[in-house]
Amino acid sequence: MTSSPSFVEPGTFTPRPGAAPLNRLILAQAGMELRVLLRNGEQLLLTMVIPVLLLIGFSTTSLLDLGDGPRVDFLAPGIIALAVMSTAFTGQAIGTGFERRYGVLKRLGATPLSRLGLLGAKTMAVLAVQAIQVAMLSGVALALGWRPSGGLGAILASVVLLVLATAAFSSLALLMAGTLRAEATLAAANLVYVVLLGLGGVVFPVDRYPSAVQPVVEALPITALASGLRAVLTGGAAFPVLPALVLLVWALVGTVLATRFFQWD
Amino acid sequence: MVPTVRHDGPGGDGPCCATSPTRAGAPHVRCRPTLSVMDTAAVEVTDLVKRYGDTTAVAGVSFCAPRGAVTALLGPNGAGKTSTIEICEGFRRGDAGRVRVLGLDPIGDARTLKPKVGVMLQSGGVPTGARAGEWLRLMASFHAAPVPPDLLLERLGLTSAARTPFRRLSGGQQQRLSLAAAVIGRPELVFLDEPTAGLDPQARMAAWDLVTELRASGVGVVLTTHYMEEAERLADRVVIIDRGRVVADGPTGDLTDADHELRFRASPGLDSTSLLRALPGRCGVEEHSGGQYVVTTTEPGGVDPGFLATVTTWCAANDILPEDLRIQRRTLEDVFLELTGRDLRES
Repeated sequence: MTSSPSFVEPGTFTPRPGAAPLNRLILAQAGMELRVLLRNGEQLLLTMVIPVLLLIGFSTTSLLDLGDGPRVDFLAPGIIALAVMSTAFTGQAIGTGFERRYGVLKRLGATPLSRLGLLGAKTMAVLAVQAIQVAMLSGVALALGWRPSGGLGAILASVVLLVLATAAFSSLALLMAGTLRAEATLAAANLVYVVLLGLGGVVFPVDRYPSAVQPVVEALPITALASGLRAVLTGGAAFPVLPALVLLVWALVGTVLATRFFQWD
Repeated sequence: MVPTVRHDGPGGDGPCCATSPTRAGAPHVRCRPTLSVMDTAAVEVTDLVKRYGDTTAVAGVSFCAPRGAVTALLGPNGAGKTSTIEICEGFRRGDAGRVRVLGLDPIGDARTLKPKVGVMLQSGGVPTGARAGEWLRLMASFHAAPVPPDLLLERLGLTSAARTPFRRLSGGQQQRLSLAAAVIGRPELVFLDEPTAGLDPQARMAAWDLVTELRASGVGVVLTTHYMEEAERLADRVVIIDRGRVVADGPTGDLTDADHELRFRASPGLDSTSLLRALPGRCGVEEHSGGQYVVTTTEPGGVDPGFLATVTTWCAANDILPEDLRIQRRTLEDVFLELTGRDLRES
C-alpha cells in the first residue's frame, strides 16, 4: 500500500462476481438488523423500558385489582406477551415501513440476499431481541417474587407459544408495513400497541370484561399469548391448545395476506 | 469549453451495437442476433415499453450498452431514463419489448444476475440508522471476493464518516456511499442512476475517477445523468432519451463530431438573412446576446474551408470584422438541446 489517497491496487475492480454462501448472507443481514434495532432509542423504550416499568409498577403497587395470588404471577406472563408484541409487531412494522419508504428493501433486492433470506434475517433479529426481553423480564419478575410453576414441559410449551406468536405478529407487521405509507404504519402500529396493552389481557384480567365481549378479546393474538403463557406458567396447565390455535390461525392469515399484498417499493 | 476525451478502447464498436450514430428520423439500427454469451452486450434493450396508468413512460426504447464500456443515458427529467434502468435492474417489468442484461433476463434469471450486477439507486437505499462503514461491510459480506470496504471508504473520502449513521451524512456523502456499495462486489456491470447529482466538484471528480477506473478494469457501466460534461468526459456511448424514445444513440465522439459550427462576434443586428442567402444549401444563423453569431450547416461537407471562405467573403463585402472567429465541434449540450428542445419541461 502507499499513502497516496487515490491509489488503488491494479485489478481492484477487475470483475470477480460471486455471491457469499447463504448462511453468511443471512447472518450478516441479521447482525445489521439487530444492531440497528438495539441502537434505536424509541424502539428500546417500547421494547424494554415500558414493559419493565409496567411490571415493576403494577407488581409493587395495588393500583390494579388482579385477584388472588401474588400480583407478579399474573403480571409476568402478560408483560412478556406485551414485550414480544412490541418487537415482533410494533417495532418490526415501523422499521420495515420506513425501510420500504427509504428504498432499503429495494436496494437489498438488488443484492444476492433473497427475499426469503431477508425474512429469515429479520426473524433472527426479532428472536434475538425477544430472547433479551424474556431474560430481562423474567429476571425482574423473579426478583419481584415470581415463582412460575411447571418445569421443562412448561418452558417448552412457552417456547412454542412464543414462536407461534412471533410468526403471527411478524406477518401482521409486514402486512401493515408493506401496504400502508410509512407514517400511517407508524401511527397505526403505535395505536395498536396502546389499545392492545389496555384491552388484550396484558394487565387486566379478561374475565372482568362483559361475557359478550370476552370471546372477541380472547381471539386477539396478544390475549391468546398472554393467557396461554399464564395458563402454563401460573396455572400449571399442560398445553394451552385453544390459545395456540388462535395464534396459528393469525399466523396463517397474516402470512397469506402479507405474501399477497406486500409491496416492496 | 471542456475538452472532450476520446476513448480508443471498447465502446463504439461493441459486438452488437450500431457503430454509427443514429438520430431521430433515421432508421434505428437494431441489435444483431448474438451467438454466444461472451458476444452479448452488457445490456440489450429492444422496443421496451413501460406504462403507468395512462402515461407511457417508455415508448419503444432500443439501445445496446457494450461490456467494459461506459454508456450514458441522457435526457430531460421525466424522459424515461429511470424507468428504463429500473427495468434493466429487475425492479420492474416492462409492458412490451425485450431486455437482456449480460445475456440474461433481469427478472427470470435474477439469482444468477444479482451477484454480477451492481446497483446505485437515485436516492436512499440505506437504513437511516446504519453507519456508513457498517453498511459497506454488510454489502461486502454479500459477495465472494469484494473490494476491501476500508479501501473504498478512503477512495471516496468517507473514512472520517465511517461511524456516522446514514441519516447524518451530507447528501454528497450519502451519494458516495451508495456509489461505493454499487461497486464493492466486483460486479461485471454497474447501473448508476444519477451518480453525481448533488456532489461538489471534488467529490464529482472522485466519482469520475472511479468510473474511469471501473471501465479500465473491464467493468461495464450504464449511468444516467443530466450533466452533458459528465457524459462527454466519461461515456463511450451516449443514448439520448426524450419523452420515452431514443432520439440519438452512438459513440460519444460521433454524436458531436459530425457537426461543426462557426462562431464569431460582431456588432449586434447583422442582416442574417443576407448571410443565409450567401451560404450554400441548408444553413442556420443564430444571433446570441452581445453580437455572438453561430453559423451551422447540415450540408454533407459541413463547415469546410469553402464554407469558411463564403462567410468571410460575405463579411468583407459588408465591411464586418468577425472577431473571435472560430470553428468548433458542437458540444453534446448543443446536440442535446437541438434534439430535446429548449423548452422547460413541466415534470
